[in-house]
Amino acid sequence: MEKATNDKEPFRFYTRLSLSELTGLQASTLQQLAKITKDMPDSCIYNHTHRFLKQHQRLSPKSPSDFSYWVGSILGEKELGDRLASIKIMEFGSVDSLRRKIVATISQYLREKPLSRLRYSGDSEAFYFIKSISFIFPTNYIAHDLKEFVEALKSVAVDSVYFHIFDARLRLDRNANDFSNWIRNSVADEKLADDISKLDPYTYTLEELRAMIIQLAETRLKE
Amino acid sequence: MAKIDEYTGIVGQPVLDDLRLISQKLHGKVIQNINSTSVGGGVAEILTRMVPLLKELGVDARWDVIKGGKQFFEVTKKFHNALHGKREDIDKHDYEIFMETSRSNIDELDTYGDIVFVHDPQPIVLINKKRDNKWIWRCHIDISTPNQKVWKFLKDFVVRYDASVFSAPSFSQKLSVRQFHISPSIDPLSDKNKELSQNIVDSVLVKYGVPKDKPIITQISRFDALKDPIGVIRAYRKVKKDVDCRLVLAGGTAEDDPEGAEVLARVRDMASGDKDIHILLLPQNDIEVNALQRASTIIMQKSIKEGFGLTVAEALWKSKPVVASNVGGIPLQIKHEYSGLLCNSIDSAAFALGKLLNDPQYARRLGENGKEHIKNNFLITRHLRDYMLLFLSLYHKEDMVYL
Repeated sequence: MEKATNDKEPFRFYTRLSLSELTGLQASTLQQLAKITKDMPDSCIYNHTHRFLKQHQRLSPKSPSDFSYWVGSILGEKELGDRLASIKIMEFGSVDSLRRKIVATISQYLREKPLSRLRYSGDSEAFYFIKSISFIFPTNYIAHDLKEFVEALKSVAVDSVYFHIFDARLRLDRNANDFSNWIRNSVADEKLADDISKLDPYTYTLEELRAMIIQLAETRLKE
Repeated sequence: MAKIDEYTGIVGQPVLDDLRLISQKLHGKVIQNINSTSVGGGVAEILTRMVPLLKELGVDARWDVIKGGKQFFEVTKKFHNALHGKREDIDKHDYEIFMETSRSNIDELDTYGDIVFVHDPQPIVLINKKRDNKWIWRCHIDISTPNQKVWKFLKDFVVRYDASVFSAPSFSQKLSVRQFHISPSIDPLSDKNKELSQNIVDSVLVKYGVPKDKPIITQISRFDALKDPIGVIRAYRKVKKDVDCRLVLAGGTAEDDPEGAEVLARVRDMASGDKDIHILLLPQNDIEVNALQRASTIIMQKSIKEGFGLTVAEALWKSKPVVASNVGGIPLQIKHEYSGLLCNSIDSAAFALGKLLNDPQYARRLGENGKEHIKNNFLITRHLRDYMLLFLSLYHKEDMVYL
């Protein structure tokens, strides 16, 4: 695949569509959750920490990951649920480091509160490990300047926003989101690139995020 | 039938653009769907909508139906119940009937597809015809706690497919083939879900003699023990002591469901003497189903087992408050106390009904949240996307696929 963004080149919007692949593995206790999470592929960890973003496009995300939701709401370990929900995904540069943090958080809690080992979910409410298979397509939307970028951003599917913000940074190891990279390198607007980089995408819904980026870019266009 | 562009007003142009992007990657592939009936039941309903839309997107999708006599469908109904975990007496003779009809279908049905997409257990043995093409087994049944003997028998066929598909993560099994999770969907433009005028809704109530004088609780389902129509009547009777209401039990029977008449007789017997219970047989009249759902105050789906429970999505799409069992694919559609109320017993169903009847504002809020959730996750456009990605996945083993 060609790079989604090249220096001094137009911005080609890509989109990312995903399919859920079941692993056949499930956890009913915290010990099982930690043990299986340790060995799951990145695509599985990524799915369980990002799935809510796609499912609730217009609702404020209250449970940022399946891990925190299951531990807090199904097993009833609210404190651990909160600790897992408090992990700031933005601070992690790779899925593997995020995985290690999740496992360490659960393990630490098990040491602190040994009685939590007795918590058990029924089969119907077990934690089912699911991988996210990503399909990445180039779209027909191309921007040659910031004005065209804003117009395209208003029209692309929300999956495209998702790909350039979330996948680019964490899963494809590009360090920053694609929008900031292109604006910095091709539009030569350091301030706008930084403003977009500073947004914590995990605290917005996808539609809110799209609106925020459009607003920032339109403000720069008016200046 | 709706054209693909007509969905733009509901899901937006970008979603349709994505569908066209994916479909281009399937150019030249023939997708052959195979199931056991062309009418009745959720599978036929979905294929009736999906196949023409896939074709319109440029995917060469086709649909064939296996043949089977009364005995064959009696056996497959037993398989169906056993996979749901219900106790069934299945003997050697039943397996022989199943295999004999399967052999006839193997002889008669041409499996010409580049991808052969087999739905449910009835046509499963066709895998014996596999050559160098790709085969997928799509399980629409809740097999989270299957009868092990029946599952073991079927599993020997499943593992020879290239991939399997389940409607909910809890249905997955330990298998040596890839397993995907794809939820079914509803079509917002079908007769069953499109907007209707109040005149049409009222005329259907008049036709079936259902007055609008009190709140209407409705369950729309085949007359099948696993849909628990008797439990619905019991829950209704409990709540009726506090809030006067009517109950509508409406549904039909499918060609491959010989048990239906027996369950219907039991339901009629239990409802006799109560003029506020309306038992309606609606063979394949989707407009009437739509009208009844829209006329209802609350929709119920009190299934004991459920493959997915499309009637829940249908009701939520119409912004109706729903009381439904916490089984199968239903919890994927309803987040308890946010987009509906989940129940685990007749008592909890009755309690939920009372709560909604006594607090219409709360009921309305649940319905509105439910509609938004269905729009994002359970419409046919999402289903088309997942199926096309599934077909593509057969040619790619990696977790990140660049196209």
